[in-house]
Amino acid sequence: MELYEKTIHELHELIEKKEITGVELNKSVYERIAQVEEKIKAYVLTMDWEQVLQKAQAVDDMFARGGKIHPLGGIPMALKDNICTKGVRTTCSSKILENFVPPYDATVSQKLSESHTILVGKTNMDEFAMGSSTENSAFSITRNPWNLECVPGGSSGGAAASVAADEAVFALGSDTGGSIRQPAAFCGVVGLKPTYGLVSRYGLIAYASSLDQIGPITKDVTDCALVLSAIAGHDPKDSTSVNKPVPDYRNFLTGEIKGMKIGIPREYFGEGLDGGVREKVLAAIGDLEKLGAEVEEVSMPHTEYALPAYYLIASAEASSNLARYDGVRYGYRSKDASDIVTMFKKSRSEGFGSEVKRRIMLGTYALSTGYYDAYYLKALKVRTLVKGDFDRAFEKYDLLAAPTSPSVAFRTGEKRDDPLAMYMMDVCTIPINLAGIPAISLPCGFSEGLPVGLQLMGKAFGEGPLLKAAYAYEQSAGFHLAKPTLNGEV
Amino acid sequence: MTDMTFKPYEAVIGLEVHVELKTRTKIFCDCITEFGGEPNTHVCPVCLGLPGVLPVLNKDVVDYAIKAGLALNCRIAELSKFDRKNYYYPDLPKNFQTSQYDLPICTGGYLDIEGDGIKRRVGITRIHMEEDAGKLSHGGETISTSDYSLVDYNRSGVPLLEIVSAPDLRSPQEARTYLEKLKGILEYIEVSDCKMQEGSLRCDANISVRLQGSNFFGTRTEIKNLNSFRALERALEFEVKRQIRVLEGGGTVVQETRTWDEEEGSTLPLRSKEEAHDYRYFPEPDLVPLVIDREWVEEIKKSLPELPDARKERLIREYGLPVYDASVITGSKALADYFDDCVKFYPEGKTVSNWLMGDLLRLLNAENQDIKDCALRPEMLAEMLHLIDRGTISGKIAKTVFEVMFQTGKKPMEIIKEKGLVQISDRGEIEALVDRVLAENPQSVEDYRSGKEKAIGFLVGQVMKLSQGKANPGMVNDMLKDKLK
Ligand SMILES: [Zn+2]
Repeated sequence: MELYEKTIHELHELIEKKEITGVELNKSVYERIAQVEEKIKAYVLTMDWEQVLQKAQAVDDMFARGGKIHPLGGIPMALKDNICTKGVRTTCSSKILENFVPPYDATVSQKLSESHTILVGKTNMDEFAMGSSTENSAFSITRNPWNLECVPGGSSGGAAASVAADEAVFALGSDTGGSIRQPAAFCGVVGLKPTYGLVSRYGLIAYASSLDQIGPITKDVTDCALVLSAIAGHDPKDSTSVNKPVPDYRNFLTGEIKGMKIGIPREYFGEGLDGGVREKVLAAIGDLEKLGAEVEEVSMPHTEYALPAYYLIASAEASSNLARYDGVRYGYRSKDASDIVTMFKKSRSEGFGSEVKRRIMLGTYALSTGYYDAYYLKALKVRTLVKGDFDRAFEKYDLLAAPTSPSVAFRTGEKRDDPLAMYMMDVCTIPINLAGIPAISLPCGFSEGLPVGLQLMGKAFGEGPLLKAAYAYEQSAGFHLAKPTLNGEV
Repeated sequence: MTDMTFKPYEAVIGLEVHVELKTRTKIFCDCITEFGGEPNTHVCPVCLGLPGVLPVLNKDVVDYAIKAGLALNCRIAELSKFDRKNYYYPDLPKNFQTSQYDLPICTGGYLDIEGDGIKRRVGITRIHMEEDAGKLSHGGETISTSDYSLVDYNRSGVPLLEIVSAPDLRSPQEARTYLEKLKGILEYIEVSDCKMQEGSLRCDANISVRLQGSNFFGTRTEIKNLNSFRALERALEFEVKRQIRVLEGGGTVVQETRTWDEEEGSTLPLRSKEEAHDYRYFPEPDLVPLVIDREWVEEIKKSLPELPDARKERLIREYGLPVYDASVITGSKALADYFDDCVKFYPEGKTVSNWLMGDLLRLLNAENQDIKDCALRPEMLAEMLHLIDRGTISGKIAKTVFEVMFQTGKKPMEIIKEKGLVQISDRGEIEALVDRVLAENPQSVEDYRSGKEKAIGFLVGQVMKLSQGKANPGMVNDMLKDKLK
């Protein structure tokens, strides 16, 4: 087994035992990138090779001097390109930010630096995290490592593909309506959207502030727990981050879930769910039952309203969050504008892609006088109702289980011109963001040769029990061990 | 206070006042708020609105807002929140302003004003917190006619309070009185410097006219760019007359935003109702709702200083000051503090007030100086007043001493010694001077004796002149009268 194929915890053990060095590991991942990136196109940019090795060397030196090595120390990782990195271009896969170099680190970037991880590149995404296929990138189309003719999901498609194709040992993505979990499901890796407020959003380029959350994309649940422990915690720079002590999430990985109560929301198994996905997810739920969980069907009656409410709330916030890209201070500025209004209009028209423009218009409309009550305000009310569904369910159940996505990865181009069909890809993940609770996607088998994702949802700040159940399932099922072949016509 | 010149109409005016708070740091970041400074030096990623940054509320801003709310008799909200006001302008780094919309921190207050003997209670509809924008300087006249414009974001994120009055003001003078009083209060509670010339106090006015006694509101216009008390009063006068002219001519007032042109002395249309912005307010998702517990409010209430009205009443009660004097002195906290410091050393309030209202204010005005920077300290004035009482110097010499103290900051005794200004109270010395003046002015002596009593004033003046102002004027007067009997 090559080093680049291994997980964080496996690599950490090897480093600790001095069987490998950080430099060797980073070389291995870098060679892997050189080998497969042409096919996958997971990255917007990769870091300078010399610099990566220098950083790895520094970690090795520190360890050689007798320093204690952090569980993530020396691990090569990737960040979605909406997470600010000081001195490194952060583009949101948008022409408008193509040359934007932040003078500051996102809090998560800083935390990972302090854990001595090594950034190897910034991953491709749907522009400003708007999309479910990573086809909305201004720069390139990322391929699914399981079938290069298929999309990797989105919007964190580059991050998920980089981990699935072993171009990074782990990655951070962001999840506003499913953007970590859905690509994790499509690429057969583990993706966690933490509770809103658990991980600082400082330095995450905002799409929809009340929904965005950064989370790990990893090769297994143990790695997920390790990364989450490193990035979670209160940040005085983010007023919405919650001041709670962060446990070591590894302590929950016991494999023991006897007596755990798991609800199965009926509405997530309705019309539009692929037969193959249904079969694998129900089988996974059966496995959980065999492991000792008590499983029961539950109704979440407001589920069907979550999708429209999400597109109104997220677009409304986006219309305001993205207003700052006007060509005045940074980013793309149209060359041929002679006055300020034309400069605004042309810079934005030329700088944003069509999906971003569609959502800005939708959001602007929803907030306009005369439409606010009918759209935005109503969407907020629906959000409260959706939350209510979860509150009621969690009075009875420890977790909920459902598919992550109604289908497996679809073909590149298939839904590109049908925004509504694309939006439906998020139908199982969106309610979780509206409620602010944590959810994890993990591989639970294959349909049509492509990975299927099992989604587990937990109570707010209940990442511990969530990871506990995910780990127990993963260890018994073993789907995390499967590796893609990187085959298919491009 | 109703302005009779508008009869049979009356004006209906409400003011929106923006004040910059003098907290040390900005509302959502740690940059300093200091005025001036090289362009774009008091900035950081947050107040520049760079991608991915988040606001963190400065608690002092809330403190100051509560202070202002209490001083203006407002109800302080238990739950308040911030909202985004969306509009595009290059001085606004995020192209939205973080402000407050439907849950402002203070509501339902009032301010009592008085002028020409008429008292009026002016409602304070609301006070809310928001961030200031940056400052543009254009290469040419306006943003649309310039080849380029430069932006300075030092002011971006400086905390502001917007204080909105009810449409309770009935004349331009009332509006001015209200603004002056509001400024006084904000200075008293030390939340703002209220410097109109630096833009730390700005004012917009909503104005309509109607027939006196009517309960209806006419169509209003909003006037922007009122940068001084004088501009406010003049603009409102112009606008009242303009609106009356429109109505008298059988026309209707158009609802619009107008701007005050100081040079032209007129208001000009800026944008119509149709062109008005749709700000698309919605709750600021990057900040959590603000819960203000009552203990916090009580604590601030306890820390509030004596407000102008209460202080005025006290000065009248304790020192017997005339209402006018008390109003002028308490009109500025610094002047009132100065007065209180003086009477600590010299308890004759009226005497102190005379010197402050006369000489001190005149000199401050002439030198365009702030009383806080004044070299003449209260204890020096008190010492001088004691010297007059003891007869060391005359009231006339005191005027000279006062000016020198004001200019140099030297103590009164030092000045008196240096300039040899000690009063002549020696009978022999004065008699010599008196005799000389009587001998040199036989005509005046004649006049006086023939009944023209005014002539004695001339003779006193001559003696004083001869003594270079040092002769004790009381003694001179008495002695002259004696000798002319
Ligand atoms: Zn700042």
